[in-house]
Amino acid sequence: MVSNLSPWSPSAREIERQSFRRASHNRKRLIAVFSTIFVLGSLATVLITSPGWKSVKETFFDIEYGKEVFPTVIRGLVVNIQLTVIGGIAITIIALALALLRTTKSPALTPFRFIATAYVDIFRGAPLILIILLVGFGVPALRIQGLTSNVIVLGTVAVVLTYSAYVAEVIRSGILSVHASQRAAARSLGLTSNQAMRYVILPQAIRRVIPPLLNDFVSLLKDTGLVSILGVTDAVRAAQINASRTFNYTPYVVAAILFLLITIPLTRYIDRHIRLRSEQQNSEGVA
Amino acid sequence: MKKRLGIFAAVVIATGLTLTGCSSSNSTESASASCAKEDLATIESGLLTIATGEPAYYPWIIDDAPETGEGFEGAVAYAVATQLGYSNDEVKWVRTTFDSAVTPGEKNFDFNLQQFSITADRANAVDFSTPYYTAPQAIVSFKGSKIDGKSSIADLKDAKLGAAVGTTSLDAIEAQIGISPSVFNDNAAGVSALKNKQIDGLVVDLPTAFYLSGVEVENGIIVGQLPSTGSGDQFGLLMTKASPITSCVSGAVDAIIADGTLATITDTWLAVGAGAPVLKP
Repeated sequence: MVSNLSPWSPSAREIERQSFRRASHNRKRLIAVFSTIFVLGSLATVLITSPGWKSVKETFFDIEYGKEVFPTVIRGLVVNIQLTVIGGIAITIIALALALLRTTKSPALTPFRFIATAYVDIFRGAPLILIILLVGFGVPALRIQGLTSNVIVLGTVAVVLTYSAYVAEVIRSGILSVHASQRAAARSLGLTSNQAMRYVILPQAIRRVIPPLLNDFVSLLKDTGLVSILGVTDAVRAAQINASRTFNYTPYVVAAILFLLITIPLTRYIDRHIRLRSEQQNSEGVA
Repeated sequence: MKKRLGIFAAVVIATGLTLTGCSSSNSTESASASCAKEDLATIESGLLTIATGEPAYYPWIIDDAPETGEGFEGAVAYAVATQLGYSNDEVKWVRTTFDSAVTPGEKNFDFNLQQFSITADRANAVDFSTPYYTAPQAIVSFKGSKIDGKSSIADLKDAKLGAAVGTTSLDAIEAQIGISPSVFNDNAAGVSALKNKQIDGLVVDLPTAFYLSGVEVENGIIVGQLPSTGSGDQFGLLMTKASPITSCVSGAVDAIIADGTLATITDTWLAVGAGAPVLKP
């Protein structure tokens, strides 16, 4: 007897409810707008009317000089990006190997487990700038035949050595966070230990640690600037050379903006990935 | 209740910021007319604070110990201090990096000497005294390098040369030789790179070049000196911009030039002679 019923229309109470909610929502939005204008407006006014604003604008935000130094800073940034991409690939491979060595249950690989643990401890604990100096200037001083003394290569090696330690720990935490039942189920289906790791555990582990891995990638992009102490001209060094000639620090601001233009889209992508993944996880219970 | 608290907090923060923003600017001191020791506006009254680099190289400072007064710049510093009326006990030494001293801003020394060349751009940011020395740029290398035996600038076009950031040596590479250099934080890093053969040559001032090629670099040589560009080769004592003691310090340098003290010091510490040929264009 469904067809005789009239289509649903809201009751008086429902209408009252909806109008109250709408009014409340509009009031909140209005307050938000006014509050934002007031606070940001006061901050901007304080900034612009402060006694040093004119010289700050000339020293840090000189647009003409910024345009002049832009080509040299961009050329330096290309060096940063090249180091990041090549380093990133090497880091992923080495870090994965280290993480697997540390989580393996095979008794034959025990000495490698110790070596991997020592490696991670040393290179996570020592400051990156020290490693760069040691590898960049110290290794060529040994005069070992066949070892390159090219500063870009040595600088990249130093950065890769340090970042592999960090990323290895991230991947290892991902592997350990996969529930033991996954491994048990895989083994009970007849997969060997290695097959279980390769087909069941690693895919889940990597999916889980993609946000921290992307964080490390963003941090790597910025840390490649440290190889400039070996004499490589990257974006920061290019900015420094220009700024130290004229004592106008706009080149630093230009370099910072260029770095932000790369890192902010990456971090927004990370946020979006986290959001989608948590929604996916929350809906996984619905089978 | 929570809504009102939020509005109240926003108003308080904004007004607080507006009030703190209206701060008064610092008043500047007027330059002292007299150069007597009691009137001299040093940063620590009764003491003369002199700065130099870390490490300080021969022949400017011997054994990185400026308190001994040995070395060309050590001797000049104590001569100026004596001229201003300070005894050797009333001189205090601090160390700064080259780059941080040349940038504008307040300084923690009365004057700084570490082979600062006087340039127009730097004079906008800091004060310089009368020049106390003139030194051209020279290229240090090692025997058997790519630039060993070269005698003209054109031969250096495909060499890898290095210099410290913010120095006139760096400007010289780009302006006079026209190649893109390897830039280091300081000369010490550049010397490491040169010893590792990661660069073919390091550009520094001539006396430092003699020291590095003779002592620091194995089989070191001086390829040659760059043709003088005039004003860029004169060293001056560096003081903070509009420092109250600039005129007095300049006067002291003028005095030690006039009475021959500076000439004696130069002959004692910088009797290097003309051992480096000038490179042809």
